[in-house]
Amino acid sequence: MTRTYNTIKYLFLLAWSIFVVFPFLWALSTSFKDANAVTSGARYLPWVEFEPSLQGWQSLFASGSRGINIITPFFNSATVTLLASVISLVLGTLAAYGLSRYKFKLGFIKNADITFFFISQRIMPPIVLAIPFFLMLKEIRALDTIAGLVIVYIALLLPIAVWVMIDFFASIPKELDEMAMIDGCTPIGAFFRVVLPNSLAGLVVAGMFCLIFGWNDFFFAFTLTFTETQLLPVAIVSLNSSVTPWWSLSAFALISVTPLALVAIVVERFMSRGSLAGAFR
Amino acid sequence: MLKPKHFFLLPALLTLVAIILFPLIFTVRVSFSSWDVYQAGLDYIGGRNYTRVFEDTRFWESLLRLSSLSFITVTLQYVIGFALALAVWKQMKGGRIFRVLFLVPMMTTPVVMSVIWRTMLHESLGPANDILSAFGIGPVPWLSSAAGAFVSVVIVEVWQWTPFMFLLLFAGLVSLPREPYLAAAIDGAGPVRTFWQVTFPLMAPISIGALIIRLIEASKIMDTVYILTSGGPGTATETPSYYIYIRGLRDFQVGYSAALSLTYLVLMIITLTIIAKLLMRFLVGKDA
Repeated sequence: MTRTYNTIKYLFLLAWSIFVVFPFLWALSTSFKDANAVTSGARYLPWVEFEPSLQGWQSLFASGSRGINIITPFFNSATVTLLASVISLVLGTLAAYGLSRYKFKLGFIKNADITFFFISQRIMPPIVLAIPFFLMLKEIRALDTIAGLVIVYIALLLPIAVWVMIDFFASIPKELDEMAMIDGCTPIGAFFRVVLPNSLAGLVVAGMFCLIFGWNDFFFAFTLTFTETQLLPVAIVSLNSSVTPWWSLSAFALISVTPLALVAIVVERFMSRGSLAGAFR
Repeated sequence: MLKPKHFFLLPALLTLVAIILFPLIFTVRVSFSSWDVYQAGLDYIGGRNYTRVFEDTRFWESLLRLSSLSFITVTLQYVIGFALALAVWKQMKGGRIFRVLFLVPMMTTPVVMSVIWRTMLHESLGPANDILSAFGIGPVPWLSSAAGAFVSVVIVEVWQWTPFMFLLLFAGLVSLPREPYLAAAIDGAGPVRTFWQVTFPLMAPISIGALIIRLIEASKIMDTVYILTSGGPGTATETPSYYIYIRGLRDFQVGYSAALSLTYLVLMIITLTIIAKLLMRFLVGKDA
């Protein structure tokens, strides 16, 4: 009984693992193909089924018209994602702490309503905001700039930061801040000296989610930039629309997804230690 | 008089209000105008855009399609994600590697992976049909037939977002109390009975949270569709987001797309609230 159960379990895990890994292996294999190897049907193994070629990878780092510029989009994506994540994390953490420790009241609006306002932004489909954002950024001359994208990404990431941190602060006992204040800290001092150093786990989780959703956004980057400030996903998609060089495309795609795929290792740590449980309730 | 509590809340609140409020108010105002390629500006034409939305069958069909698409994908993600979480929950050899692996797809950029999926689903050059032909199946017209395109979007969405479901459910499993399991073991309950009588009920609140989060995200499906099928063939995989994108940013019917956007947004909020309430009632047995 247990044996059959275990066999089924491992078969299932194995099957899903293959499904998960296959696109990456396919991209890796394709990145070493040339036109000949691509157009002669599906081939998988270099040397065995096709003669490997480095042209896909070379084209990414070649200069001039033959090359594809990958450095600038990579740098743009990193700048926008990091800036927006840090700002969202700072603002979101402060707001989440305020909402978890103080009572706010403005007419009929109370804490729960403010929290809902933050988190409900996740319901907003990007397309609803796209045109107004376009016109707004045009008005302040921030279209096709890093600054413009950072502004928009803050609206995207701030709700995530607030959402994760609010649940996290709920799990930190209030006695902690009260003790600090008895010791003579101001409320703000208590937050920075006592609460914040104890919130590392929450900050890491919130930060990672900001990075993931920032780095992986395509739609806003696509509608709010043209040529000056191209982000990675947009650069890859624009490559897709011309006569598709599968080899460069695959190499480019692998480079763009690898940094965050490594984040999975950190996320797993937190998930298995139970540090995420509070964050998602 | 700025109290400490305002120091905490106001920066974030004002920032978000400043960024979000203008677009929303603007959208409401524009939806009552005839702003398009020929006439850029805020005139007032009453509710004519909304009457047009009402009669726009292409929009309502895309909403229906979205409902079935998100229902199918989220259900698959939930079942598979839960099964994966249960399978690697207990200590086991190689558990860590599996867990990391299962998380990876949600960290990758949806459009970038869709580009890769497009090459995999290529009818004559891709591995999908190549592997199927080894079993005597095919060739399947993945992206050129209505059914194939729909299934393709489902496959890619399940690949991309089952990890998120897995993450939430696994985190939930880790935080479950031990006592009910001891009690079940003393009663001599087998694994199947333990699951239905202990694990599943204990996981109900987390399940609801995970399902709702995923339904919210699924209601916005756009990137995958844009890359894989561009809504096609015809309008076979067109979601509301994609349709509004065509009307708004391709045809530049700003006024009309604003009316579509708001209708879509309001319908989403109502539907998701109802679904959340129903899930609460069925899975936890109490009112939200």
